[in-house]
Amino acid sequence: MNNKRGWPALIGLSLCTAVAQAAVVDDMLVGYKAAGAAGFDAARGEQLWHKTFPDPEAAGKTRGCGTCHTDNLKERGKHASTGKVIEPLAPSVNKERLTDPKFIEKWFTRNCKWVLGRACTPQEKGDVLSFLRKQ
Amino acid sequence: MTKQFAMPLLGCLLAALTATATAAGKSDVAPVNDELYAKECGACHFAYPPGLLPARSWEKLFSQLSEHFGENAELAADDVKALTTYAAANAADRSTHPRSQKIARSVKAGDTPLRITETPYIRGEHRELPRKILQDNPQVQSLGKCNACHTHAAQGSFNEDEIKIPGFDRWEN
Repeated sequence: MNNKRGWPALIGLSLCTAVAQAAVVDDMLVGYKAAGAAGFDAARGEQLWHKTFPDPEAAGKTRGCGTCHTDNLKERGKHASTGKVIEPLAPSVNKERLTDPKFIEKWFTRNCKWVLGRACTPQEKGDVLSFLRKQ
Repeated sequence: MTKQFAMPLLGCLLAALTATATAAGKSDVAPVNDELYAKECGACHFAYPPGLLPARSWEKLFSQLSEHFGENAELAADDVKALTTYAAANAADRSTHPRSQKIARSVKAGDTPLRITETPYIRGEHRELPRKILQDNPQVQSLGKCNACHTHAAQGSFNEDEIKIPGFDRWEN
């Protein structure tokens, strides 16, 4: 086997991942619109990403996405209480991100409640996804 | 001459018997054999084999995933249903595996422990562990990390000779 033959396959594979990722996010945005969201804004998503909320369990402390994911989406994060390592969220450095709608919804459900103390609206989720896909 | 061969032969025979017992599914506890369970539970912690708690405990635990030991571990409803069914069917009180049965017998009929480490059998087995090897050991910290010391925990095997405490070369019980 020579290595030259491997390259087209490799490029093809990563292209496939990128295409799959785009399709997954596009589909989810369509779903959020159907659920009542208007147009999506990555800048608004970025603001929400960096916004902090009061920690209900510790006076004076705050919670945000970065509490576990760190403020740099291209870096590994760490779960605030269990210490579990969290792989980077940015699709540019982690090809597995934004490829599984069920996985995305699961973590939106858990993390919105932990950070905001309530479920996120379809608008908020769409804005954040629009921000995340560009990272 | 015969004596020279007798011991190794006996050893072989014993090993073969042990192997047969394991192959027949008589490990201490049945290992996890459900893909969804291994994936979802194992995403955050050691995927505890269902044979470590009674069925009623699993049913209660999976009914309150939004309050999962201080974490929100909510899942899609269809997944919760599938996981509950699997865990309950393979629970300690429905298992033929020896250590599962010991756990099940140790829990009082009216009790529904949510933590494996709250069951009387598991508590009893770990009762004399000093802080330095458990709580104060940065690589262990909690009794809940079975696989930190039980090197074959994922295979459902918790034998004493498989215990290796991180940071300690030797541990005499």
